[in-house]
Amino acid sequence: MESILFLIFAAFALGCGLMTVANPFSRSPVASALFLVLTMVWLAGLFVLLHAYFIAAVQILVYAGAVMVLFLFVIMLLDLREEELRTWNRFGVAAGVFSVVALLGVTALTILRSVPAAGAAPQLEGSTHALGAMLFRQYLLPFEGVSIVLLVAMIGVILLSKRESK
Amino acid sequence: MIVERKPLNLAERFYLPALGNGFRVTWKHFRKTLFHGRTAADETSGGYYPEVPWKVEPGYRGAPYLVRDQSGDTKCVSCQLCEFVCPPKAIRITPPGPGGPPADRANAEKMPREFEINMLRCIFCGLCQEVCPEEAIFLQKDYSLTGLTREEMVYNKERLLALGGHHTGIQKWKQKADEARAQESFPVPG
Amino acid sequence: MDWQFLAFSLVKIIAAFAVVMTMVAYSVLVERKVSAFIQDRLGPNRTQPFFAKYIPGLGPLLTRWGVFQPIADGLKAFLKEDFTPAHVRKVYFWLAPAIAMVPSLLTVAVIPFGSMMGAQKMVIADLDVGILYTFGIVSLGVYGIVLAGYAANSKYPFLGGIRSTAQMISYEISMGLSVIPIFLLVGSLNLGDVVQHQTGGWFAWHIFRQPLGFFIFLIAAFAETNRLPFDLPEADQELVGGYHTEYSSIKFALFFMAEYAAMIAVSGMMVTLFFGGWTLPFLGLDQPAATLGMGLLHILVFLGKVCCFLLLIIWVRWMLPRFRYDQLMDLGWRRFIPLALLNIVVTAGVLALLASK
Repeated sequence: MESILFLIFAAFALGCGLMTVANPFSRSPVASALFLVLTMVWLAGLFVLLHAYFIAAVQILVYAGAVMVLFLFVIMLLDLREEELRTWNRFGVAAGVFSVVALLGVTALTILRSVPAAGAAPQLEGSTHALGAMLFRQYLLPFEGVSIVLLVAMIGVILLSKRESK
Repeated sequence: MIVERKPLNLAERFYLPALGNGFRVTWKHFRKTLFHGRTAADETSGGYYPEVPWKVEPGYRGAPYLVRDQSGDTKCVSCQLCEFVCPPKAIRITPPGPGGPPADRANAEKMPREFEINMLRCIFCGLCQEVCPEEAIFLQKDYSLTGLTREEMVYNKERLLALGGHHTGIQKWKQKADEARAQESFPVPG
Repeated sequence: MDWQFLAFSLVKIIAAFAVVMTMVAYSVLVERKVSAFIQDRLGPNRTQPFFAKYIPGLGPLLTRWGVFQPIADGLKAFLKEDFTPAHVRKVYFWLAPAIAMVPSLLTVAVIPFGSMMGAQKMVIADLDVGILYTFGIVSLGVYGIVLAGYAANSKYPFLGGIRSTAQMISYEISMGLSVIPIFLLVGSLNLGDVVQHQTGGWFAWHIFRQPLGFFIFLIAAFAETNRLPFDLPEADQELVGGYHTEYSSIKFALFFMAEYAAMIAVSGMMVTLFFGGWTLPFLGLDQPAATLGMGLLHILVFLGKVCCFLLLIIWVRWMLPRFRYDQLMDLGWRRFIPLALLNIVVTAGVLALLASK
């Protein structure tokens, strides 16, 4: 049952992801954004299969519910024209290929190195106590690091957007 | 002119007086209607529409009808000015034509053979009444025109005249005749 | 997967759906009646089926109360011409009403609307992350409105959609922050636990422990359901109806029903989080029911509380004029978010002090 569901969710997540970047029916950015939302929802389904209900809910709440709404907001405010086929940019292609290969490498390395979990005892299931303990004890430093990165990003955005209007 | 805005105090900035006043006003009206059964319609016109017909005030622009003069003759002389001026083209006049029947009263050359107003198109603007040189068409007080078919809503000459009634207040041709008679003994006395 | 669980869940889903849809229909009637009374009118009092006048006494009375009006309204919505303007983006135009309707109905799934009926918990999905699920689903509700605005491909719906996105995102934050103290108190995200935590006396209700959190949640709820004074996405006077300007017939009715279903869902949330859910602190009504009758009573208590909130939401519509857009943003970001954060810090501090003793 779970493996069938996994296959369904994974296939739909991949399909929607593909439709986000290469939609043969429409080149409208709104369509891409909506397929990205669907991808997020299917990913949340995958998290549910992993018994990580909290992360699944947060995935929908934050990504599908807030981030993508902002994306849509910006797309609708800025430019509603269909995206034109751009010419290939050599630097862009190189950067894209590099980042994809790097990401694949890191993922593959992690999967290869990881030890298969002994039995199905997912700690994240149920309440948020386990997750909170993990975040604020075991992984406190990375957690704080991420928050500082986010803070820097926020300040940077404010600085960039305010610079013009003196 | 610049209207000075008073600085709001803390309660006002959290909209507390607005909430209180809003509740007081809405509760007053709610209570009045629910417990005492007093509605605005009762107070202004004594009840609701189908049972108590609406009282039409003078100056209301209802459906345009043709009128007859004091001697019961059709006032319209089929000049077609109203047909021309009608913004939604609701009026259609069929004149008698060269060999048509003559007018049935003195002082007029021709009568409309047919005069139709499509009440579905009419916008009750009153331009036909304003433009009519004979004062033959008036916007009257009918506001509830109903019918089951489109054909039914095209009012023909007989119907318009029947609904329009007599218009004895302005006796245009009587005045003209009097004036003409007075002209005969020039200079005009008085 | 055992079949008993599936069968009971199905029954609960169908029952909850039927009750919610009936409440939607009749809250529209209540809205029309209350609005009419506040404006010195009588409201719908003429619709009657052909047989109503043959029932002595009761028939005319029900007619005067407008009881048959929602049925006629529903029939009208189905039978009117479903007009699709030529300039719309068809796919989104058809998708938007459905997307608007679904989240408001899904929210009901995690709300415990009663204690027990026999051995069955009266909640469709007893999730451990109930509240997060709710917020996740509620945050998806904005897509219906945004897509409607985008699909209509004309100016007023578009402006409505744009307004709606910004408003929803802003007030979602204060809404989420305002309930965090509740979960600090309860120590669980499960809504059933939240209800259990509020048993034992009036003052166990969270409204008395977290009044600030409740008021922020209440006002954010108004904003999330697009009700006056926060109905800027619709704003009949400025945007001639906003995002559903181009819709007609059953598609418009779906938006309309979605608004009322969202009102019901959000009222259910408020009752569960702040007003003790299905409990009442007397007659032993705050313990899970042992008999079927008590179970039914609990459901009625819950529905009664929800109806009170619906009446409040309807009433407030006539109390306050619509906010200006900058006032709306100002209220959301510069008043409520700091207040909600303060509320969290104070609650956490008090709890830490109590725990350290």
